[in-house]
Amino acid sequence: MKYTSQMVAKPYFIAAIALFVGQILFGVIMGMQYVVGDFLFPEIPFNVARMVHTNLLIVWLLFGFMGAAYYMVPDEAETELHSPLLAKVMFWIFLAAGVVTILGYLLVPYATLAEITMNDLLPTMGREFLEQPTIIKIGIVVVALAFLFNIGMTILKGRKTVINLVLMIGLVGLAVFFLFAFYNPDNIVLDKMFWWFVVHLWVEGVWELILGSLLAYVLIKTTGVDREVIEKWLYVIIAMALITGLIGTGHHFFWIGTPGYWQWWGSIFSALEPIPFFMMTIFAFNMVNKRRRQHPNKAAVLWALGCSVMAFLGAGVWGFMHTLSFVNYYTHGSQITAAHGHMAFYGAYVMIVLAIISYAMPMLNGRKAANSMKAQIVEMWSFWLMTISMVFITLFLTAAGILQVYLQRMNGDASLPFMVVQDKIEIFYWMREGAGIIFLIGLIVYIASFFVGRDQPEAEMPK
Amino acid sequence: MSQAFTKSMARNIFYGGSMFFFLLLLVLTFDTVESLPKTDNRENLTEQVAKGKHVWENNNCIGCHTLMGEGAYFAPELGNVYKRMGNSKEAIIAFIKYRPKNGIPGRRSMPQFNLTDDELDAVAEFLKYVSEINNQNWPPNIQG
Ligand code: HEM
Ligand code: HEM
Ligand SMILES: [Fe+2]
Repeated sequence: MKYTSQMVAKPYFIAAIALFVGQILFGVIMGMQYVVGDFLFPEIPFNVARMVHTNLLIVWLLFGFMGAAYYMVPDEAETELHSPLLAKVMFWIFLAAGVVTILGYLLVPYATLAEITMNDLLPTMGREFLEQPTIIKIGIVVVALAFLFNIGMTILKGRKTVINLVLMIGLVGLAVFFLFAFYNPDNIVLDKMFWWFVVHLWVEGVWELILGSLLAYVLIKTTGVDREVIEKWLYVIIAMALITGLIGTGHHFFWIGTPGYWQWWGSIFSALEPIPFFMMTIFAFNMVNKRRRQHPNKAAVLWALGCSVMAFLGAGVWGFMHTLSFVNYYTHGSQITAAHGHMAFYGAYVMIVLAIISYAMPMLNGRKAANSMKAQIVEMWSFWLMTISMVFITLFLTAAGILQVYLQRMNGDASLPFMVVQDKIEIFYWMREGAGIIFLIGLIVYIASFFVGRDQPEAEMPK
Repeated sequence: MSQAFTKSMARNIFYGGSMFFFLLLLVLTFDTVESLPKTDNRENLTEQVAKGKHVWENNNCIGCHTLMGEGAYFAPELGNVYKRMGNSKEAIIAFIKYRPKNGIPGRRSMPQFNLTDDELDAVAEFLKYVSEINNQNWPPNIQG
């Protein structure tokens, strides 16, 4: 580690992992509620568990992105971070806001939370993923601005690299599109339409820039491939991401009261959205094959490669599966959507954050380049446990989804009611829960990897 | 990637391409917002409907249900529930009102929200309004 201020990344990474555990615990609770309907009812109703699950996901990914930026930006810019103190202060504010929000969900009824946070003054609550009280949303904006200022100043005073620039564009975009969370008109069609300016333009827009930049950074560091080559790839990937993803937003405007022409725009452009993900896979494998040096951190390389593959599968393949309007007419809002959401989020964003943590953490813990072989082996076990169980979660949900669509939507007059269908496909929900528990075990193994082999020497640079 | 294709070409495609398609998105968005009055049933967007939307949001109904296919997949689609319940606001109100506080043993249950009569009417009015939005005939059938 060249710059001491990179150390501020460490608490961000630790918080990210801790919240990840919370996310998965609530995922397992919901998985149980799917099959044992009254599990924890009425103490933790499903909707509460779901808010905790999804909001923790977003928050820990944001912690991961911020930690990644604090680690990477000084290194790339070849200068100390503008203000490590600001980064530390913002860490505690963001963590406090996150914890308070989750406790709010769990401890009081949601309507009470809306009331005591005076949601009526500026109603923004009660929409999927944007459930946070308005005051918390304002806090998120403040933290985001301070964060952008801090890394922006660092970039300005240091060496300008494409990787830093792309990260910065992505992060600014993230903050800008979040502002649509404050727009919540009485007209539900307008509300839904602009809700996607946060959600879609995040995961299929600006977050892909963040993903591309972090992936490029880890690859440069671990393969030693020429920067020129990597940067060229990065530009092409993010160009394709935005060229397809911006108009691709239209795949959410098929059935919400928006004009029919979106079926053309949305289908065509979103059908091209797998391209940047496919390019990321080719890119990652190409760079690793052309590597100029061996890096002792095998685990980090594994996460980076795995990320590129799983992002392509989850976003590219599973996204394409239901993105054409005549398919989406039947699959819209079914377990197919959930299947895709899980693998895409895991493959693209969970795995890139774990890749950067894997790369950076040894240095943050005072190692030269990598953990001991023993720790890495445990970490690689957790990679396979989590990744394979996520593949199975996706497959089981896809099977459930196909049956659901068939029984509930494609069976003419014999189509069955929602709850009847849910009973019929229960077996797949049991299997999903099983895979979910393996995922949780994988996560425990992952955490264990930070505590084993600490007294052993660093892994050797392979010959 | 080949040598003839340089980094600055790649950079220009990124800036040019994303600018162009961002502007196109703005144009299409603008056009959509202009044409929404034809489909979004705004002539029936009364005070009571607006209030119903707040009841919907303040109780996080979207945390279990979908509305026009968006939301959670734990409980039935509600964009067309007004029609599914035989075009009856009363049926919707009765359903929400009489949910057992401790749920139904072994089954997925909806919480008892203790809504006032006015809130019940508002949320039913909201669901009626949503069911009359022209959304290209989704869902495929009444089961949602
Ligand atoms: C990493 C990138 C991606 C992530 C994290 C992601 C995640 C998600 C999530 C969470 C949803 C559900 C949203 C909701 O709750 O309503 C969703 C919906 C959807 N996604 Fe993605 N997605 C990604 C990329 C893609 C791509 C590349 C495509 C197309 C090729 C795609 C196609 C769709 C479609 C069509 C829907 C709507 C499903 C429905 O009608 O219910 N996604 N995505
Ligand atoms: C132990 C593993 C997990 C289980 C059992 C689980 C379970 C669930 C359940 C039951 C839902 C609600 C579906 C509904 O609305 O009816 C859900 C939603 C969601 N989960 Fe998970 N989850 C797990 C892991 C994860 C992971 C690792 C991620 C992120 C990578 C994730 C991301 C999401 C997202 C984005 C949603 C919203 C989906 C949508 O709207 O389509 N979950 N999860
Ligand atoms: Fe999308």
